[in-house]
Amino acid sequence: MDDLLREFLTETNENLERVDAEIVRFEHEPNNSEILSNIFRLVHTIKGTCGFLGLPRLETLAHATETLMSRFRDGMPVTGDAVTLVLSAIDRIKIILAEIEEEQGEGGGDDSDLIEVLYRLAGHARVNGSPASDAVDGVQDEPASPAPADANFAAREQNASERSGEKRERLTSYSIRVQVETLDNLMTRVSELVLTRNQLLEIVRRHEESDFKVPLQRLSNVTAELQEGVMKTRMQPIGNAWQKLPRIVRDLCAELGKDIELEMHGANTELDRQVLEMVKDPLTHLVRNCADHGIESPPERLAAGKTRSGKIRLSACHQGGHIIIEISDDGRGLDIERIRALALQRGLLSESDLAAKSDSEICNLIFTPGFSTATHVTSVSGRGVGMDVVRANVEQIGGTIDLKSVRKIGTTFSIKIPLTLAIVSALIVEVSGERFAIPQLSVLELVRTGGEHCIEWIKDTPVLRLRKALLPLLHLNEILHLGQSKPDHGFVVVMQVGNQVFGLVVDGLFHTEEIVIKPMSSKLRHIAAFSGTTILGDGAVIMIIDPNGIVQALGRASPVLARTPEAEAMEGEGAGKEDLTPLLVFRAGSQQPKAVPLSLISRLEEIDRGRIELSNGQHFVQYRGQLMPLLCIDARTSTDRNGMQPVLVFSDHSRSMGLLVDEIVDIVEQRLDVEIASEQPGVLGYAVVKGRATEVIDVGHFLPQAFADWLDQRDARPAPLAPKVLLVDDSAFFRDMLGPLIKAAGYRVHAAASAAQALAALSSGIAIDVVVTDIEMPGMDGFALATTLRQDPRTARIPVIALSAMVSTDAIHRGRRAGFHDFVAKFDRTGLIAAIKEQTDELHAAA
Amino acid sequence: MDKDEHFTEFVTFSIAGQLFGLPIAQVQDVFKPMNITPVPLAGTEIAGVLNLRGRIVTAIEMRSRLEAQPRDSGAEAMAIGIEAKGESFGLLIDAVGEVLKLADFELESNPINLERKLAALSVGVYRLDGQLLVILDIDEVLRLRGEAAAA
Repeated sequence: MDDLLREFLTETNENLERVDAEIVRFEHEPNNSEILSNIFRLVHTIKGTCGFLGLPRLETLAHATETLMSRFRDGMPVTGDAVTLVLSAIDRIKIILAEIEEEQGEGGGDDSDLIEVLYRLAGHARVNGSPASDAVDGVQDEPASPAPADANFAAREQNASERSGEKRERLTSYSIRVQVETLDNLMTRVSELVLTRNQLLEIVRRHEESDFKVPLQRLSNVTAELQEGVMKTRMQPIGNAWQKLPRIVRDLCAELGKDIELEMHGANTELDRQVLEMVKDPLTHLVRNCADHGIESPPERLAAGKTRSGKIRLSACHQGGHIIIEISDDGRGLDIERIRALALQRGLLSESDLAAKSDSEICNLIFTPGFSTATHVTSVSGRGVGMDVVRANVEQIGGTIDLKSVRKIGTTFSIKIPLTLAIVSALIVEVSGERFAIPQLSVLELVRTGGEHCIEWIKDTPVLRLRKALLPLLHLNEILHLGQSKPDHGFVVVMQVGNQVFGLVVDGLFHTEEIVIKPMSSKLRHIAAFSGTTILGDGAVIMIIDPNGIVQALGRASPVLARTPEAEAMEGEGAGKEDLTPLLVFRAGSQQPKAVPLSLISRLEEIDRGRIELSNGQHFVQYRGQLMPLLCIDARTSTDRNGMQPVLVFSDHSRSMGLLVDEIVDIVEQRLDVEIASEQPGVLGYAVVKGRATEVIDVGHFLPQAFADWLDQRDARPAPLAPKVLLVDDSAFFRDMLGPLIKAAGYRVHAAASAAQALAALSSGIAIDVVVTDIEMPGMDGFALATTLRQDPRTARIPVIALSAMVSTDAIHRGRRAGFHDFVAKFDRTGLIAAIKEQTDELHAAA
Repeated sequence: MDKDEHFTEFVTFSIAGQLFGLPIAQVQDVFKPMNITPVPLAGTEIAGVLNLRGRIVTAIEMRSRLEAQPRDSGAEAMAIGIEAKGESFGLLIDAVGEVLKLADFELESNPINLERKLAALSVGVYRLDGQLLVILDIDEVLRLRGEAAAA
């Protein structure tokens, strides 16, 4: 049976039940207008719905009854006969309903006898001709006396009420109405049952041969099914909230003289009954609004080159733990100028406020209390129930409403409702020994780390290479400030929130489970990382991760994250800041600030001083599963206090070292000019940073200290085989900084301070495998150097890597033409080493 | 003076050596908290959440609420179940004492020198034989700092 029809039958039967009681009162107090209007309203509803459902027999009968009732309302005295007649009519309605239920059609019965008497009593002559109307003429002359007819009815009715009683019983088995509270209580009880079941299972597990085993297994299964069943009772397809909309739109079309088509998608999207109830009214209002204000009249539409009939599209889908409902029309769109004018006129905003707002912000003003854009009030909308009420209703259930409008194209309202109280499928994960639930809806896939998929670091940013895309990663233990997780094997949960795809690193994965989201305690609601709590099958309470809260961490995971080389390069292009170097300013030992290019640092960490171990005169700390040597930039840096110690971590491919500092002061971006060179080991020189003389630290000095073999190990390789890199840079700072790094990566380095020096070195016969050159240099620049090298047959085969502060597409093209083999951002240390490796490997492969 | 309405029954319990009381009408139940799930990023007073017969209870560590020393490791806590604004809370305490029926007029206002933190959470004091019984103001106890800061 049609859902709509079934709902109609259930509802009407329920109402009739109520009216039965009312009618008895009606008989005793025929002049009680309240009872009269109750019955009238019911009959009126039946009539209206029948018209919509295409049940003409019932409609005609209800209409006739309504006509008589309206006469009573108008003051016609109510006689006993009339009451009997109304009762008969209602009983007839029941018969027809029973027939509809049984045969799914109205049956071929004829109600003209009853209808005629109803009309006669109402003093109406039937206007529209129907087969029955001929028969009326004959009886019309007779004195108005329904009595003889009643006798006939009585017999039929008795028969009928027996039948209908039996039918109704059957109908109630289709669906019953239950208080949501009852379901909630049931849910709680079931959770307790599950808990008890689990305790029993635990006890039986301890007793190998127990007679309880088999029955308990059955109890366990039944409990699981019961739990599932109870959870399901709360879910309803959103289509239930849409059922009345086609009728409403149809009525509106008639009333407004418009032609509107209503499209509905995703009616099966399930949501919590309670949420459904609360979203019903806002939806209805929005649809009315689209029909009334959005869709133009047919002549207007034709004039605008649109189809005659307008379209309202309703859709629903699950998205990232929310349900998104969209209501869109292809009407005239919002009149932004009018909204502006109105906002000004109503004094909601000042002119300057308005000027600062974008069109979409202006559109959203219609949700402000006291706002209505309708120029004239129609009976449909604009009766004071404004969009502000719609928004208030949506927000009441924790949802948001947004609208997009394009002039002459249409308007789209999107309502986003969280699944609070709803049941979602969730993935249970473990991190640092704790379990958490991640809504399955936002999970795209799961990846085991290690082997093919290992976590890599771009400076401070962990990433995962996944099918040629780089996926930004977040460590759940870091976001939640939990202890270290096991770094050797973990899983990446690939998630999507809006358009942002990212990976969440966890230690372990369990199963997926249908969980009931329980609202968060008010004491915990401020924690953005969680959206709720749930009780797992084993009775444990766990927190539900809010993907939206987690994704916020992407933006603030580390200060360095926002400063990727790409971002720097892009900024450089746009703002002419190509010479700016991000510097980390810190203090160590003395009060004088010290600085190091941020790009050299792979992480900033705080470690517990208690964890610093001393071995062989060297400080170490356990870091990511390895022992990391720690060095003091300044002997005065104290390590003997308790508490947290800031550490700058520098990493090579497989090794890290930490520099202990006292305090991290700032990250500044400025032009780095090392003005005074320093004789002091470990200090490159002094630069003015933020108006203060600042020591620029030479990282190259510390690396060999941390690992005595940092250089030796590489140098131990047969020296003649180690490729030689010619490093050309006019800045002593970069030569000093990059030289040791390239060396540390296992290459021999020859440095040159200008293109001329480089050419001189090459012509002097030094065997160079790769040239790494700066682009911006006084005299001959990098482009010219590359071109010159290309033209000389002796050097034409040497790969040239360009170092540039700005990696723009234009520069790359120009570089390629000039003969550069690769382009590396000046601060991309890892990128540089990779590029050198690639070029030398190719060289070997070619040889 | 011996009428019931002039007496209140108090559930008494001890936290860090001090005896406290709550009117019995405010106490839902007394239970042994088991399987408390800690909540990351929550304030220190929040011991975690637990499942009490299908209801999710937020456990509040009264020792940190009162800024007392943490309980010795190994010492098991008890919990006083409270219902407030439709939510369930469990106040973690050291031990539950007896239920006392005390005359309303004997409740004295907080001694002037009562520790300020304690005074803020107390509605008054009963002088019992040999010790003081501090009656807690449950609304104040449940007003946590973390929450206020976030709001």
